[in-house]
Amino acid sequence: MPTVKVDGVEIEVPQGATVLQACELAGKEIPRFCYHERLSIAGNCRMCLVEVKPGPPKPQASCALPAADKQEIFTNSPMVKNAREGIMEFLLINHPLDCPICDQGGECDLQDQSVAYGRGHSRYDENKRAVTEKYMGPIVKTVMTRCIQCTRCIRFAEEVSGVEEIGAIFRGEDMQITSYLENAVKSELSGNVVDLCPVGALTSKPYAFEARPWELRKTLTIDVMDAVGTNIRLDSRGRQVLRCVPRINEDVNEEWATDKTRHAIDGLVRRRLDKPYVRVNGKLVPATWDEAFAAIKAVNAGSSVAAVAGDLVDCETMYAAKALLAKMGSTMLEGRQTGMAYDASNIAAVNFNTTIAGTERADAILLVGTNLRWEAPLVNTRVRKAIKKGAKVFAIGPETDLTYKVEWLGDDLALLGNLPDAVTEAFAKAERPMVIVGGGALKGGHAAALKLVDTLGLIKADWNGFNVVHMAASRMGGLMLGYAQTGGIADVMRAKLGFFLGADEVDFSQFAGFKVFVGHHGDKGAAAADVILPGVTYAEKSGTWVNLEGRVQRGERAVFAPGDARDDWSIFRALSDTLGHTLPFDSFEGLREEMFAAVPALRHQALATFEWNPPVLNGAGEGVLAGYPIKDFYLTNAICRASPTMQRCSAELLHGEDFAEAAE
Amino acid sequence: MLADKDRIFTNVYGFQPWNIDAAIMRGDWDNTKDLMALGQDAIIDVMKASGLRGRGGAGFPTGTKWSFMPKEPKPDRPNFLVINADESEPGSCKDREIIRHDPHKLIEGALIAGFAMRARAAYIYIRGEYIREAKTLFAAVAEAYDRGFIGKNACGSGYDFDVFVHRGAGAYICGEETAMLESLEGKKGQPRLKPPFPAGAGLYGCPTTVNNVESIAVAPTILRRGAAWFSSFGAENNRGTKLFQISGHVNKPCVVEEEMSISFRDLIETHCGGIRGGWDNLLAVIPGGSSVPLVPAAQIMDCAMDFDGLKAVGSGLGTAAIIVMDKSTDIVRAISRISYFYKHESCGQCTPCREGTGWMWRVMERMRTGDAELSEIDMLQQVTKQVEGHSICALGDAAAWPIQGLIKHFRPEMERRIRERGGDTAPMMEAAE
Repeated sequence: MPTVKVDGVEIEVPQGATVLQACELAGKEIPRFCYHERLSIAGNCRMCLVEVKPGPPKPQASCALPAADKQEIFTNSPMVKNAREGIMEFLLINHPLDCPICDQGGECDLQDQSVAYGRGHSRYDENKRAVTEKYMGPIVKTVMTRCIQCTRCIRFAEEVSGVEEIGAIFRGEDMQITSYLENAVKSELSGNVVDLCPVGALTSKPYAFEARPWELRKTLTIDVMDAVGTNIRLDSRGRQVLRCVPRINEDVNEEWATDKTRHAIDGLVRRRLDKPYVRVNGKLVPATWDEAFAAIKAVNAGSSVAAVAGDLVDCETMYAAKALLAKMGSTMLEGRQTGMAYDASNIAAVNFNTTIAGTERADAILLVGTNLRWEAPLVNTRVRKAIKKGAKVFAIGPETDLTYKVEWLGDDLALLGNLPDAVTEAFAKAERPMVIVGGGALKGGHAAALKLVDTLGLIKADWNGFNVVHMAASRMGGLMLGYAQTGGIADVMRAKLGFFLGADEVDFSQFAGFKVFVGHHGDKGAAAADVILPGVTYAEKSGTWVNLEGRVQRGERAVFAPGDARDDWSIFRALSDTLGHTLPFDSFEGLREEMFAAVPALRHQALATFEWNPPVLNGAGEGVLAGYPIKDFYLTNAICRASPTMQRCSAELLHGEDFAEAAE
Repeated sequence: MLADKDRIFTNVYGFQPWNIDAAIMRGDWDNTKDLMALGQDAIIDVMKASGLRGRGGAGFPTGTKWSFMPKEPKPDRPNFLVINADESEPGSCKDREIIRHDPHKLIEGALIAGFAMRARAAYIYIRGEYIREAKTLFAAVAEAYDRGFIGKNACGSGYDFDVFVHRGAGAYICGEETAMLESLEGKKGQPRLKPPFPAGAGLYGCPTTVNNVESIAVAPTILRRGAAWFSSFGAENNRGTKLFQISGHVNKPCVVEEEMSISFRDLIETHCGGIRGGWDNLLAVIPGGSSVPLVPAAQIMDCAMDFDGLKAVGSGLGTAAIIVMDKSTDIVRAISRISYFYKHESCGQCTPCREGTGWMWRVMERMRTGDAELSEIDMLQQVTKQVEGHSICALGDAAAWPIQGLIKHFRPEMERRIRERGGDTAPMMEAAE
């Protein structure tokens, strides 16, 4: 542990720390543009210059300089002050200073640092450089004249997203950042460059000119677009969510979010169900809540009632439905809409046991029927990190671009029982081996994959390398609440009355009973329903979600739902009165208390622990994987299907449609 | 004057063919195996004893540089030698003469230097514009392979050594050693941050030494004739012979091998036929290629042409590319043109150089015509100080120094232009109300 002196204060810093980190440990702020904790060090903005003794008689870039024992660092000497003022002046001479019309205004590093470290005036009388805009796709808007060439976006694309489509062309003051041939950046993580950009060169296209940061109300919540449970902040004004940005959570999403997480939010105000509907003579007609409830009561289902949870719902909603069904005498609960029927008797056997953060430490990984890049993009980035540290990755399934080097073994699940020598050898040598089973392979491969636990030695002291990737935000919570039948959704199809909680992916033709859709978007579920009860989206309710590794997380309500829509739990509470099975809770808190009593693991916002006690399943791996469950990354649920941005992403990035920009 | 018998580059003017037979006649490839039999550390010791300082401009002792390489390279991280033939410094043209007329000196040097530093291979990065020279070099390397001088069991020494020639694409910055490594790796030629230094992690992350063509090409001769012979030339700490390249307003511009520490006057009188219009007509000299500050006539005339002598007059030897300017020169325009060169060649990676070179050039252009304020001279000086020492590589410094030299020595000339143009003397315009 080297000891350094920062401005006369002696501190001890960890081995391998940089001078910049040492200064931060000492409580000194070091301005920077190009340096970012999660990206490689470029050292090109020169804003972080400090004076270091011993060393050459000129300031040093602190971000790239290792802290050494007995070093003396000065962060406020005249040399440092001059250097910062000089760099700031250089950065601003070719910057347009169009802050009043720049979307970055108010949250701009260049603005903040020029106030703090600049001279306050410019001596530059020459003409400024101008740079043409570059097309980077439907998510990223560019105003490249504002670019200060920090190259964070280049490094992000290359290192984190694994899509080498952003780079610099030309040199000197003509240097420009652009996407490859000015095509859209084909990455599901491209929106992150907007956050990374320290100036207004890369801004969010859907959010362009929408709002200023200081007029937004910021609500901390959890994303539901996939099962990763990205920690997000919803920025809203009035009744509309205008922006979604990731929060830092090292265990889950670090500080990234997928484009779907960020930009599906414009679907929150489209195709919304804002009043109850009842089907009359084959047509859905608007109704009052009482009429809708009466129609449900008229079914007289008795105990033949089922609840099917959709992909986005929170635990509270599922618990309220479960409680109502219990009162009616039914346990027909199911959440796996598409018909999967894997054995869920032991949740650990269908959990992501290694944890998302733990994935980074794996040294041999076998992917079984999972397109991680689409099913859990932020787990995929962790696999990339593991590879950087030397992990070897094998995969069973149809070949696809996962952004890293994979040894494809074939797409026959029978391989699970007969792995090639290369795999067994790599796993034999591995200290932290990992098998990741995707939803597509659970049907034919769950039993065989569980057998690998022994044959490949996946479980060691404080290491469990057996993982299942879920794709629905509600899945783990649903499994904990008992939303799983032995035969899958087929078991509940015979019910006379079915509650569909935002369930849009169900094959409704198989359900002959009375269909009640409790949800927020007019999608497949609403179209098939006999009664529609308008509920709320994740942005409009507080709730508990459990992510794919069993992490219990809670989100807060950001905005209010449109029209007559009500919190889902209160719908069930009100309906229970009508049906004569009054539920015992009158408040959200009451519901939660009861839910915690039923499933104690949901009480604490932490990683739930599941006892490893896998079921004994018979059968070798069978079936050939023809494809992966997600056919279109951008259109996986009702909210993103309603989102114009997601539709455009799908059309442009996945289906190759051309969106010519109109000439002005 | 250096005696003909003491010249290392005996074919620098191309009076004889460059090819391998002629080179062997001149003494190249003569018992190279025996030189290698000296042993790797002994070779490095001879180089250290010879006092040879790097000929690329920085003047770092060559033998010491070689000794930084790992003594026992790992099989998966071999040592590499990279030879910098990206000679793009305005005024510099010595490597070109070596490559086109005496390429085997370079290739033999590559083998010996590579052997001494336990390198697996040498990469010669040749400037893109040197088309004929690159052809010659490719042919010369092929000849050496044919004779078994390089490749497997080079010269029968039992040492395997390859030489690869790589053509650049015409970027000045690729002459910076780490930018050259980036370019060799197929990336955009931008300097790397140091540390790590190339000797620790260079080409493809392996230990690498980057040397100038001349430093490498003189090595075999030093080994043959001994360190004492080489160090008998030049002043203390500036030993050996050197190719000087004199261009500009002399009667006979030339590239000539001379002793280090020869005085400027001797050099010009002996080899260049004197200054055009006589010594009284000398205005200033840029003694080491465009990136060193100019030296006015009075200070340069009897200055010793070596690292220390030129440092004493506030400049540097650089590559010994001596640009002589007589009194017909528009000195401000000359420096402005150099500023344009650096603006054009800045790689754009780091802020001070990317933004500063353009700014300096634009102000210099106004200084040229006098379309400026007197106070802007000080501002220009400050801007050069803001660039100098703040950039990743030395290009920022190189862009700043010529202007600093100009302001230091020719400020009256700059002020005269501004005054004549009317800056600061014209009546202040009153704003209409």
